[in-house]
Amino acid sequence: MPNLEHPAYPAANLLHLESLVPCRESQVSMLLSIFGERQQFSFPSIFIYGHTSSGKTYVMQTLLTTLQLPHVFVNCVEYFTSRLLLEEILIQLQSCSSETEQTSPVHCDTFNDFVRLFKQAVVSRELQDQTLYIVLDRAEQLREMEANILPAFLRLQELTDRNVTVVLLSEIVWELFRPNVGCFEPFTLYFPDYSIGHLQKILSQNHPPEYSADFYAAYINILLGVFYMVCRDLKELRHLAALNFSKYCEPVIRGEANERDTRKLWKNIEPHLKKAMQTVYLREISSSQWERLQHDGGEPGQLKGLSAHTHVELPYYSKFLLIAAYLASYNPVRTDKRFFLKHHGKIRKTNFMKKHEKTSNHLLGPKPFPLDRLLAILYSIVDNRVAPTANIFSQITSLVTLQLLSVVGQNDQLDGPRYKCTVSLDFIRAIAR
Amino acid sequence: QQIQEDLNKQLLDNLVSFLSQSHSAFQEKTTEWTCRMKFREIPTAALVLGVNVTDHDLTFRGLSDVLQENITPYIALLEAKDCPGIKNLMQKLMGQLMNCDIDVDSLEDEEYVPVSQNRIRCSMSSLISWYESVTKKTDSETPSKKRNASSRHWQSPPVVVIFKDMESFTTKVLQDFIVISSQHIHELPLVLIFGIATSPMIIHRLLPHSVSSLLCIELFQSLSCKEHLSTIIDKLLLTSQFPFKLGEKVLQVLFNIFLYHDFSVQNFIKGFQLCIVEHFYSQPLSVLCCQLVDAKKRVNFLSHDQCENIRRLPSFRRYVEKQESGKQIALLTTDNFLKEETEKLLEDLHVYHENYVSVLRCLHVFTSSLPKYPLGKQIRELHCACLENRVWETEEYESSLQLARMLNKTDLVSMLQQCVEILLSSSGKEFDKTVEKLKEFLTQFQNLEAEASQERDVSISSQKELQKKTDLYHLQKTLLELKESRWSKKLTRFEMLRFEVVDYIDSLVRTYLVPADNRTLHEVVYFNAAAVLRGHLNAAPRTALHTALNNPHWYLKNQALKCDGGGISNKAPDICIVYKLHLECGRLINLVDWLEAFSTVVMAGEEPNADATSSDQVDDIIHARFIRAVSELELLGFIKPSKQKTDHVARLTWGGC
Repeated sequence: MPNLEHPAYPAANLLHLESLVPCRESQVSMLLSIFGERQQFSFPSIFIYGHTSSGKTYVMQTLLTTLQLPHVFVNCVEYFTSRLLLEEILIQLQSCSSETEQTSPVHCDTFNDFVRLFKQAVVSRELQDQTLYIVLDRAEQLREMEANILPAFLRLQELTDRNVTVVLLSEIVWELFRPNVGCFEPFTLYFPDYSIGHLQKILSQNHPPEYSADFYAAYINILLGVFYMVCRDLKELRHLAALNFSKYCEPVIRGEANERDTRKLWKNIEPHLKKAMQTVYLREISSSQWERLQHDGGEPGQLKGLSAHTHVELPYYSKFLLIAAYLASYNPVRTDKRFFLKHHGKIRKTNFMKKHEKTSNHLLGPKPFPLDRLLAILYSIVDNRVAPTANIFSQITSLVTLQLLSVVGQNDQLDGPRYKCTVSLDFIRAIAR
Repeated sequence: QQIQEDLNKQLLDNLVSFLSQSHSAFQEKTTEWTCRMKFREIPTAALVLGVNVTDHDLTFRGLSDVLQENITPYIALLEAKDCPGIKNLMQKLMGQLMNCDIDVDSLEDEEYVPVSQNRIRCSMSSLISWYESVTKKTDSETPSKKRNASSRHWQSPPVVVIFKDMESFTTKVLQDFIVISSQHIHELPLVLIFGIATSPMIIHRLLPHSVSSLLCIELFQSLSCKEHLSTIIDKLLLTSQFPFKLGEKVLQVLFNIFLYHDFSVQNFIKGFQLCIVEHFYSQPLSVLCCQLVDAKKRVNFLSHDQCENIRRLPSFRRYVEKQESGKQIALLTTDNFLKEETEKLLEDLHVYHENYVSVLRCLHVFTSSLPKYPLGKQIRELHCACLENRVWETEEYESSLQLARMLNKTDLVSMLQQCVEILLSSSGKEFDKTVEKLKEFLTQFQNLEAEASQERDVSISSQKELQKKTDLYHLQKTLLELKESRWSKKLTRFEMLRFEVVDYIDSLVRTYLVPADNRTLHEVVYFNAAAVLRGHLNAAPRTALHTALNNPHWYLKNQALKCDGGGISNKAPDICIVYKLHLECGRLINLVDWLEAFSTVVMAGEEPNADATSSDQVDDIIHARFIRAVSELELLGFIKPSKQKTDHVARLTWGGC
């Protein structure tokens, strides 16, 4: 385990930092060596990537705050336009230096303005002698803003002629960022996924104060044994650990087992965890419901999950419309005549014929069909006569808003709208019953 | 009219009370959630509302009102059509929140008002700072008035964001919004409410796991719209308090629209209101359609014309014909006598309604539990059947009575008890005897039970006797006897009683469930013009266009245009001629041929010497008329220019009218 060492920072700070970021020592030391000392110019832009919850944001934040480096931390999802983003950076910049005076709100529409205002801000805050860090979290959003934003950020140091480093955090690799006109290549750093050992270590770290660390570690061990197969997301695991811990402790509180009796505890918790995997993890039921359930000790059968309510009630003609749309989507046009112009038993016949072509057509997905065809099929599958009233037409549009049908081709809405059926065969079966 | 306004108000009251009922459970939950926010989860309510989208608006309005009263002043209602992007969403959200804040804090803080919408930086951080300032202000300032206002809310009321139509939101907007707000959940207590029309699976379909794991979703199922409808029917139609009634056909039309088309209670109520308006508008005697006390007063003030109107009513004429001649003359000539008589008849009608409703409910208790529901599962179907004609003459009624005769005892007893309860709760005076009779039945059943247990003892003893006998022949004989005796016994005891009960119910039905058409003066309170209603509610644009173009006489009322069958008259407007010609063509229409045909039709009626001058060349005027007619058709959406062939247009409609 490499100890963090850097001449520029006091050792105590470094030790504290090391305790805060377990299993990320090598990355932190790498970053520190890139950063150099406070007044030294650093690499103009650094690109850090890694899978979800591999600690990128957390490491950056703790690193910058514990070492008290001047920095600006911005989430690109939150500031969804370039204007908002740039203004937010400037506002944070104004407030990050210790002065309390309120400045007037800045208006910054283009990157040119940004560079100018940025220079002013840096000068006025007397930050020239230190490296300023601008951290852009979820940097993949930058690609959707104006084309000049990303390259400009990458060479901000050069543009502003100030001591600044831009750190980009993202979940995708740099190759997907690179604009086709070419740009300054940032220094890329990869955060690997946590291994099971790492997860164990990190999760065990924040044990509740009333129980010993060993006890909690044993619990985490069991938890990981159940959940590691399906979920490696640290955040999710932590969430699950917090939810199920009270159940785990129950025998201890009741006095049936002591803290060392892991075997007994394991037997107690295992079915419970399995149940949790089926429900809470998939967010079938919410965590608060789960806790209430634990409290009552009731069966989860009485609480129906989200997916239990799949049944949809539809008006009579809407059902037929949907079935007609489904038939129109999955049957080729040439078979319409064969299916719907025969004398009797039309519905039975279609179902029978569908079996033959199901394999091919269902793999291809739904095809668009014009409105007239839909209505023609509707008339042939409904037994009694249907008047083409406005009600029927409005039902089609309401089905579209319910996302059961979708409109294909926006250009000629009035002339010949074409639709697609977006529901599955199971859904249609449930409706047709 | 004032009665009608009353009615509308009552309708809305009913609805709102209903809504508050269904959401009361929901509010309790909200209060619980906001206490627990330890994780980065946003508490979320998924409200499954069913597909009747038109009703949702009212539901949400009721919900937000209730929330505003009890929990929090900060509510934003978002609709998908307002929020195509995250930017618009934030703008809308901030606008709504800040506006509602101004409402609550009345006029104390003017400094918010001058800030124009555009200049506000629409981001979460500004929202948070706004929220902090607002909550701080409510904490620090302690004028008494303020206390009162905020005492109902807590120290930091949650901000409720309601997404009205979850399905229509674009995925990205929702995702972004949830991610953003989850980052600020500690500073800004946010509660989301999703309105879902189809099924909760849509959440999983719209949001990836990484986003949905930020939510703490609880599901609430609102009542299905069918149940909603039946409560409304219960409260509106099946009470004697509302003087206005619907005829059978009208009810059928309304139910059909509801069940076949939109499931929208809102539309049902609108239809009902339309009926009321139509009734009061078209029926001159509808002044008498009000509460009984008022009606009696109004009868006294009837003018001579109105009396004549009463005399002209078919039901009243029938009534008059049944009377003896002296009374007939009195009824037809003296207004005062007529008024007295009318008063009496109205009272009769009122009593009839009271009785009708309770007996109908009794019958429903019986029929709703029968297998296969020969008379319908819902009380509305039964109601329709009873209104239509004499219910005891229908086959379904026969079959349901047959089935009722085969009910087992426990069911029968529980049904009888229910009937007794219904009759006791009703206000009718004639039911005392009925209740007594039913109670008598009940006691008889209880006696029967006691007897049955005795019988069992007897049979056991006889079986003991049996065991003694060894002779095979004797054994057989006694067994047969035993069986026969049991059969006959059961028939005599229990089944007799059951027949009696069913017959009694039958007699009740025969006396009280007489269809309303047979009552005198039913026209006053019943609205029966189903055709009018259907015309108003079932718009048929295509059919209307077709008739207008195919048969211009229908709308223009010009006798010259009246033509027979297939021929195309040249007197019709140009567009009609063009339309009829285009009906004869295939998918692609050659414009030149069409023009030829058009000019032939138009020239047909004119003098032969006119076309001699321009026989080969089509007249310019006719050409112009043709072009105008074709472009009108294009405007109506029947044809469009095609790119496949030059000089051709494509037809867009196919027969479907």
